[in-house]
Amino acid sequence: MLLNGVRNAAIAGSPGAGRKGMEQAMGLSLRESVHLVSDPRNVDASVEEVFHLMLGVECRREDGPLPVEPESVTAVVGFGGLLSGACVFRTGGVAALQVAARMTGMEFTEIDDTVKDGIGEICNMLAGAWKSKVPDLAANCGLSVPAVITGHDYRLHVQAPEFQLHHVYRFDDAVFAVTIVCDGLQ
Amino acid sequence: MREIRALIVDDSSVMRKIVERALRQAGLDSLVVHEAGSGTEGLEKLRGNAVDLILSDINMPSMDGLEFLRQIRTQNLASGVPVVMITTESSEEHVRQAIQAGAQGYIRKPFTAEQVKERVLPLLSAA
Repeated sequence: MLLNGVRNAAIAGSPGAGRKGMEQAMGLSLRESVHLVSDPRNVDASVEEVFHLMLGVECRREDGPLPVEPESVTAVVGFGGLLSGACVFRTGGVAALQVAARMTGMEFTEIDDTVKDGIGEICNMLAGAWKSKVPDLAANCGLSVPAVITGHDYRLHVQAPEFQLHHVYRFDDAVFAVTIVCDGLQ
Repeated sequence: MREIRALIVDDSSVMRKIVERALRQAGLDSLVVHEAGSGTEGLEKLRGNAVDLILSDINMPSMDGLEFLRQIRTQNLASGVPVVMITTESSEEHVRQAIQAGAQGYIRKPFTAEQVKERVLPLLSAA
């Protein structure tokens, strides 16, 4: 899974209206505030905010890896601008149904378009909440529209990221992982 | 309260339903909702339907929310109708651009029904 597509889409959707605007903002740098950008507590705070407000649930961090399930759902929202990379939300099929049900008040028995749409929006809000934690990041980093992948036995691989934050959370018996991948920092 | 005709523009059908639910929770029981999945579709809806309120996302394929706002004003499609942006983008620059394009309100996702009530009802009273 390559991040170039979502990154380019995120640059196009940035407040500076494309590469030119972004390049004009390049006088700014996030290098000095990398400790703020890569603060793992920002991921926890974003998860808490999104899941509390949109699903009415409290999530807690899990120590172990995301359990392997026959089917999984992964949503990706790209970052473009001073930071390039992606926010990745991944969960098993059963947990995806639970998240979508909590979000919409509907019941689902299969991973249909509505479930995928809901998971994409969760990822979108997580990406937005995460970047809003650092004002310079919020102002100079655009988001792509979400891409959602379903299936089994696939992996996300990023070569030599600047940093990567990967946390696993649980509410009820639904377990999910949130990964912030930064593969470029201006 | 009088019947309110709202246009909700968001590429996510789930989010459109959540916004509709929040409007009803805000007390807008007599609500008629028109939905659009992009700015382009939103313009088409406005050509065929009179509305009292527009709520729009910003990041959308085809035509984003800011361009949608500019086109509404340029094409004089919903004169005097309040527009509220509901989006994950929350920087001052995004808010400035939205207001410049003609938005009267701005709500950041994730949101509560209470926030929708606080931002939307005063606009409807003033309209």
